[in-house]
Amino acid sequence: MVWVYLQFGGGLETLFDSVKSHKVEIPSKKKEGLSDRTTVKGVINYIQKKMLKKNPEMFLKGKELRPGILVLINDIDWELGGKEECIVENNDVVLFLSTLHGG
Amino acid sequence: MEGAWRGGGLDKEEVERYARQLVLPSFGVANQRKLKESSVLVVGAGGLGSPVCLYLAAAGVGRIGVVDHDHVEKSNLHRQVLHAEDQVGTHKAVSASISMHRLNSTTTVETHVDGFRPKAALKLVEGYDVVVDASDNPATRYCVNDACVIANRPLVSGAAIGTDGQLSVYNHGEGGPCYRCVWPDPPASGSCQRCSDHGVLGVLPGIIGTLQALETIKVITGIGECTSGKLLMFDGLCTGFRTLKLRGRQASCAACGPEATITRDTIAAYDYEAKCGGPMHDRGEGACLKVLGKDRRVSCSRLSERMEEAVGRGGDRDFVLMDVRPRPEFDFAHLPGSVSLPMEDLEEAASGGEGAGLGAYVDNGKDVLVVCRRGNDSQVAVRRLEEAGVANAFDVEGGLQSWSQTVDPTFPLY
Repeated sequence: MVWVYLQFGGGLETLFDSVKSHKVEIPSKKKEGLSDRTTVKGVINYIQKKMLKKNPEMFLKGKELRPGILVLINDIDWELGGKEECIVENNDVVLFLSTLHGG
Repeated sequence: MEGAWRGGGLDKEEVERYARQLVLPSFGVANQRKLKESSVLVVGAGGLGSPVCLYLAAAGVGRIGVVDHDHVEKSNLHRQVLHAEDQVGTHKAVSASISMHRLNSTTTVETHVDGFRPKAALKLVEGYDVVVDASDNPATRYCVNDACVIANRPLVSGAAIGTDGQLSVYNHGEGGPCYRCVWPDPPASGSCQRCSDHGVLGVLPGIIGTLQALETIKVITGIGECTSGKLLMFDGLCTGFRTLKLRGRQASCAACGPEATITRDTIAAYDYEAKCGGPMHDRGEGACLKVLGKDRRVSCSRLSERMEEAVGRGGDRDFVLMDVRPRPEFDFAHLPGSVSLPMEDLEEAASGGEGAGLGAYVDNGKDVLVVCRRGNDSQVAVRRLEEAGVANAFDVEGGLQSWSQTVDPTFPLY
């Protein structure tokens, strides 16, 4: 189990009762030969199962994260890490961000 | 010895005018000259474009192009500080030009009154050194980015809505990503918030636009470090800035990658409105949805008649008037005797969630007349009510916008 801060921005917070930051406990998966680990994929899975109540198509495409949503782990683009295989640890901040358009 | 002084290429007028930044060690006369010799294209003369235009003109940028297609409206004034009360109704690019000229008559201002269109995008962008994206919709943002990539121009991009803002410099510096590298896919259209619907605290675009002016000055002069490869997030409610580290240029990018599909030859015909999340404007007007047949709709004048008939009966209404707009809108103006049931709450009540259910709102068999802002949501609401077993629900055609236009002109249009 890891405790992480899940954050939503750029309008995505409206899918989560307009709350931008949530502290949640996410179960880790046991992999053979490896110690417990939680990946961003697991985090997305958790959001899908436990948090996403309405309009899931705005957050997901099938079981995957909807393209167009930026994921940052501790403020760093997940493209610079292992994308959905990034390991999250206790107190990490996982931010899901959409682009804003207003002007 | 009159006229025998030497300087860095600025005349007396200019030295006196820009003295406070000329004495700045990190800026100085050489950078002031760079500003004077530079040109900037500002796409959008709205909430973001206002401070961008004002500060760049004040700072001494030599030539500024302003692109817009809209006219100044009353509801712009709380945030679009380029425009004043006496400029309502004026074309925004023209109004911007007047304001900038008033501020600094030595800046050359060029107006582009047809808006930013794919056909003219490249030529427009190529006429300037730096481009500022101060637009208000995703389609324009992608189009501006692609033109900047093709023309090899740095793009200073900002956005603000509600109480949040974002800022980044794209297509600039070693390996700096373009907008498409970071956001290859436009957001879901339903999650795409518009100022006209979602609202924006006036000062927010002011903050982000001012930062865009700063980044533009840094891009032109090369001082400091730009927000390239980074995204600055601003949360106005907690007054918090946060800098996020972004990916670099992406090989897979359709605009700047080695196998880019959006090129000098294809950009003019690229269908941005179809592929990048909606129209190239945020006017937020008009009832376009047609969900219901004629038998399920009543006009505003018919609603007015039924309200008056009820007054004649001593106030006894034989119908329920349901207003499905968000609560803040109901709070600032609604029709007498209407009950507020915002779309979200209606959905909750209709699906038998927590709370009292629809019973608290519909009154034993009376007609339910549903009204919203423009007549779109109300049709969806009528359909939802029908599904939940309310047989005699009707849509008030054209919503309160139409009410104001056809029945009661004192009702605010917003």
